[in-house]
Amino acid sequence: MSAPLPILEKAQRLRAELGEDYHDKLMEALYADAAQIAESSVSRSSQHVSPSFDRALDRALTHPVGGFLTMGMMFFIVFWITITGANIPSRILGDLLLGSLYTVLHGIAAALGMSPWLSGLLIDGVYLATAWVVSVMLPPMAIFFPLFTLLEDFGYLPRVAFNLDRLFAAAGAHGKQSLSMMMGFGCNAAGVIATRIIDSPRERLIATLTNNFSICNGRWPTLILIGTIFIGGTAPPVLASLVAALSVVAVAGLGIIMTLLVSWGLSKTWLKGVPSVFSLELPPYRPPQILRTLYTSVIDRTLIVLWRALMMAAPAGAVIWLTSNIIIGGDSIAGHMVNLLNPLGLLLGLNGVILTAYIVAIPANEIVIPTILMLTLTLGRNIVGAQSGVMLELDEGQVYTVLTQVGGWTLLTAVNLMLFSLLHNPCSTTLLTIWHETRSRKWTLVAALLPLGLGVLATFTTTLLTAVF
Amino acid sequence: MTAQTVKLCETCPAYDASALKRLGVKVGAADYVVALAGNPNTGKSTIFNALTGLRQHVGNWPGKTVARAEGGCDYNGRQYRLIDLPGTYSLLSTSVDEEIARDFILFGKPDVTIVVVDSTRLERNLNLTLQILEITDRVVVALNLIDEAQRHGIQVDARHLSRRLGVPVIPMAARRLQGIPELLQAVEQVAKGLYATRPHRIHQFGAKLERALNGLIAQIEQEYPGLPNARWVALRLLDADASIEQAIREHRLGDLNRDVEASGTEKAVPAEVVA
Repeated sequence: MSAPLPILEKAQRLRAELGEDYHDKLMEALYADAAQIAESSVSRSSQHVSPSFDRALDRALTHPVGGFLTMGMMFFIVFWITITGANIPSRILGDLLLGSLYTVLHGIAAALGMSPWLSGLLIDGVYLATAWVVSVMLPPMAIFFPLFTLLEDFGYLPRVAFNLDRLFAAAGAHGKQSLSMMMGFGCNAAGVIATRIIDSPRERLIATLTNNFSICNGRWPTLILIGTIFIGGTAPPVLASLVAALSVVAVAGLGIIMTLLVSWGLSKTWLKGVPSVFSLELPPYRPPQILRTLYTSVIDRTLIVLWRALMMAAPAGAVIWLTSNIIIGGDSIAGHMVNLLNPLGLLLGLNGVILTAYIVAIPANEIVIPTILMLTLTLGRNIVGAQSGVMLELDEGQVYTVLTQVGGWTLLTAVNLMLFSLLHNPCSTTLLTIWHETRSRKWTLVAALLPLGLGVLATFTTTLLTAVF
Repeated sequence: MTAQTVKLCETCPAYDASALKRLGVKVGAADYVVALAGNPNTGKSTIFNALTGLRQHVGNWPGKTVARAEGGCDYNGRQYRLIDLPGTYSLLSTSVDEEIARDFILFGKPDVTIVVVDSTRLERNLNLTLQILEITDRVVVALNLIDEAQRHGIQVDARHLSRRLGVPVIPMAARRLQGIPELLQAVEQVAKGLYATRPHRIHQFGAKLERALNGLIAQIEQEYPGLPNARWVALRLLDADASIEQAIREHRLGDLNRDVEASGTEKAVPAEVVA
């Protein structure tokens, strides 16, 4: 038992003798050896091919002004291609899964003599929820991921991180937070894990708490849909998709601003400290391997994310169907919830249906829109003929009609929904990851309540401003 | 290499590309455990994918892999379990990704550690390589991105480098699958002990430091006879490395003793590594 301890004592004594510059001496010796070995192994040919292309590109992409403009343009183009490109396949998938196949399934259930309860739960609940997620999420993801991966392969992301580093330093946060933020644009749970690259616990915590301000896969479809039918709809048809893409970029940009503001706030108050220095390597530009990228991003990223969404959507579909069909005291459970939350919802320029949908969708943001539509149809004036608990697929025109006519939505509701989509609690997977990484209930709770509080504040403010002017 | 020479090489018996069977994630009780370490963005994941047939996402930016990925391959009838570690510049600081890499090389006791090195930035990459050589002597250096180095007019003398480091150095262009067979061969030789490595040790310390170090090494060797990396443990203890001190208090330091026969069958990996 006592045997190993003399080693520690001896080490401590020697450490005191050697003085404080031991670590520096060690590093110097290491660097000197490395430099000497490298020097003797490397030779440079005289006809040195200067990487002038890389240099010129770097100058442009990391320019203090031009860098940000290029960044905005890049993301705008990516979203615009995603929005325009996903339109038609989404419609085809919707017609197939939610039109034809849905009818066929009900036919089969009737032929088997299935009880309406069971067929309702399975087909109108579980099946419709998953089918909706596939038709809405698959096409944009199949376009967005490869585009994003191509940029990544080329070496663009470290340049974005380089640009943002200045801002993060000013916010008192670690520059590497820009990298974990980038990961968050795919999935916040992955973004939270990516904060492992940050050495300082203080800065890592800031990065963890603010990762939710990066719009994740589960939220892109909501933003793209609402941006298209409400914001894009306000512009003339020729410009509609451009305006829609702009609105999505604006919300994503607001997310970056929120990340910086909240990081700054945290580092000035709760998590005080000085940002640590680090070196960020700008890797050489490499021609993207296009076919390989397509394969990896479609098969791995897209299908894995889709699978997760389906795993969440299936039980959620059952829950939605049940809460809309179990009647207690003259109203369904969902009806009670909506009525309870409606006053708060209206105060925030939203409504009870939207808040209920966000509670149901805690496991997966993907199912927010289908839940909103279904609840609006079943609990509002029953003019379109929806059954209780059936998540309807409607094409964009109909979605607009239902939300405005039945749900009483205005432009303010749409804008506030987009804001709330950015600013609300992370999904349960992300929260679980945050708990796993921090092992702290307190910080997990902060990670959940901080964005939610900001969301309430933001939507309340816009509602107030609209009421005043 | 031109297409012509590639073709000729493929028919040469030394090439032995057919001896490789990619096993993906299906590795049973592997004969050997191989770790892939290196600076960020040097092509670890590319090599990992080439060896295992997996498609671990490869990104052109530092910090992409923060957890470890596992896969396997079969080479000349032996099964290898491969661990793709997070890319790090050093093993001496305290971020979680560095700890994952360091703890695996130290406590996971890989049979071979492949250090992937960027030929265009050799000096900086050697900082990490030398640190790894202090921990383990079973190292193969994958001198990757030689195609990029050539484009920039940089020539690296792999033989000289191998003599200086005391371990095999394999020039590679992993994106084009160049050097993969040679790498496998070197890994096999080091794993089986056919290639006796003589790893470089950091020197050029001052006399005072060297004396202190030797004193501590003597004491460590007395208490843990046969510990392969007593020198590294001493270096870290003088630097007040908390996790090594912890290992001593918990009597885990003896585990650092390599048991060649048993290796590959059971691997103690710290719980937080399995994310």
